[in-house]
Amino acid sequence: MTPFIVHSGIAAPMLRDNIDTDQIIPSREMTSVSKIGLSDGLFAGERYVKARDINPSFILNQKPFDSASILLTGQNFGCGSSREHAVWALKEYGFRVIIAESFGDIFYNNCVRNGILPIQMRAENISSFSGEVTVNLQNQTVNDTAFVIAKSDKAMLMEGLDMIGQTLIHQAEIEEFFTTDEAVRAWKY
Amino acid sequence: MPRTLFDKLWDAHHIKTLESGASLIAIDRVFLHERTGSVALESIVQSGRAPRAPKSVFCTVDHIVSNKDGRGKDDSRMPGGDVFITATRHAAQATGINLIDVLDADQGIVHVISPELGIAQPGLTLVCPDSHTCSQGALGALAWGIGSTDAEHAIVTGTLRVKKPPQMRITISGKLKAGVSAKDVALHLIASFGAAGAKRCAVEYAGEVVESMPIEARLTLCNMAVEFAAFTAVIAPDIKTLEYLKGRKFSPSDEKWDMACEDWRHLKSDVGAQFDYDYHVDASHIQPTVTWGTSPEQAIAIGASIPKKGYSKALAYMGLKGGEALSDLEIGGAFIGSCTNARLSDLRLAASVVSGRQVAEGVKAICVPGSMAVRRAAEAEGLDVIFKQAGFEWGSPGCALCFYAGGETFAPKTRVISSTNRNFEGRQGPEVRTHLASPSVVAASAISGRIVGPDDLSNRTTA
Repeated sequence: MTPFIVHSGIAAPMLRDNIDTDQIIPSREMTSVSKIGLSDGLFAGERYVKARDINPSFILNQKPFDSASILLTGQNFGCGSSREHAVWALKEYGFRVIIAESFGDIFYNNCVRNGILPIQMRAENISSFSGEVTVNLQNQTVNDTAFVIAKSDKAMLMEGLDMIGQTLIHQAEIEEFFTTDEAVRAWKY
Repeated sequence: MPRTLFDKLWDAHHIKTLESGASLIAIDRVFLHERTGSVALESIVQSGRAPRAPKSVFCTVDHIVSNKDGRGKDDSRMPGGDVFITATRHAAQATGINLIDVLDADQGIVHVISPELGIAQPGLTLVCPDSHTCSQGALGALAWGIGSTDAEHAIVTGTLRVKKPPQMRITISGKLKAGVSAKDVALHLIASFGAAGAKRCAVEYAGEVVESMPIEARLTLCNMAVEFAAFTAVIAPDIKTLEYLKGRKFSPSDEKWDMACEDWRHLKSDVGAQFDYDYHVDASHIQPTVTWGTSPEQAIAIGASIPKKGYSKALAYMGLKGGEALSDLEIGGAFIGSCTNARLSDLRLAASVVSGRQVAEGVKAICVPGSMAVRRAAEAEGLDVIFKQAGFEWGSPGCALCFYAGGETFAPKTRVISSTNRNFEGRQGPEVRTHLASPSVVAASAISGRIVGPDDLSNRTTA
């Protein structure tokens, strides 16, 4: 996973609430057992008309937003299905940052595990951004506006490490935990 | 210090606090399905890693398998769906995990079969790359939905890195009115709190109403917690939970059962335990509730009118002007199924409404039991005959009709009354207009051809 430190790019506004993962990638677009090849299906319900004609009224089909890498949105972005394909599609398409009033919980965690920075901000801050925007995770700022992020999520994004490998550093403690647990709660095993 | 039920579950699985501030939490059981679990399993195989405890990992085939009666082992109506099924089967065999395959007697929707087989138990942590895993908190398990990457992490390491979520208690007091079900409670709460209203909290459901609910109703209530942005939901186990679990395939037995019961006795919030949010809801305010829009929060009591103003995007998608009564709306489809409402009690309720009646002309009505065990039990009671005589199709267990994977669905713009959990745009198929409701409202609407409750139906037919 690519470490995330600073990113500048065009911010595209999709300022509505409850954009669910079915809208981000409809189930019919998840056609193979794979994390790749999903960007064509991103926002397929709005992005295309008929089978695959470009819908000119969809924001990501308009200049300069067709090169956007930052998405501005409302409350509860990424609610619904746990499908990580939503994040894989956003990433492959070129998005690195999602700025929302709030997020679906599973979607938020999926972002952090795939190098997309999810930023929670108030609506008035989100709507103040336009054009080219600079996001600095090290300093926790979007242009000059500060944001808050959990230390653990920041570390995961900035380090970009294989988390299974990182967790297995604690393997001895994990095994010790399960050994003790089995002695105390034998019914579980 | 008094602790909440969630605190107790959390503390019992807390291995250590990591330098980053997240907790390393022990995971007792992982459940997978062919839609999102297949990617995790393939990734494990490709990376040369292996499950830490393969016998604690379970995989079902439910999401894109065909819901048709008499399906074959690889049948999917989704183009390329058979590849998901065969890839999952091979990866499950290669990693040595428990596979519950398409034609197995135990097959069914993950959140139906996990409780049914005694895989979900009080006091366990259970994760699944599926958002409705919160259903299983109904048994007093700490169960929550994750992504595929986290599923891989949980399978390989036996742990997850988790930030402890804030906590909310929703106490539902009083008594539900006749004809009001757990589904109506869930829709009422989501409409009242909003689709983001549970603020990523671990939600404990408590109070007389919850205590008096049978286990299957509790599963329905917890199922929809994710629809208002909860981390998960949990209900303290009680005598009903124990009675439900005793003797099930993966439940503890003999002396282990006694040890488990002793542990489970302590799984409840202590008096004086603190929640970040503590809400009370009066059950007498809850009516049979139906959604009109494209978010589960857009729900109204069955006698109420759809909002006149605002919501232009949702109204346009749903083919509504605004201001209509639900009973004005003609339907073209009715569906009983999904992890929300496809258990035996749901099917019994619906069958009691349709018994001796006929589905209205022009309505395509389908009932898909949540598992093979539910299907067999329903058939043993003759429910399949009641549904079929009324004009319902009788399907094989799975999720396909709830979330449209490219095959089975209703025609574009069809108005469908559905016992499922999501009314998102395109959720049940391109341009399909989904109204969420309880099984008895779905059954009554199928007969009437309009969105009505069972009471309206009996008034009408006896008039």
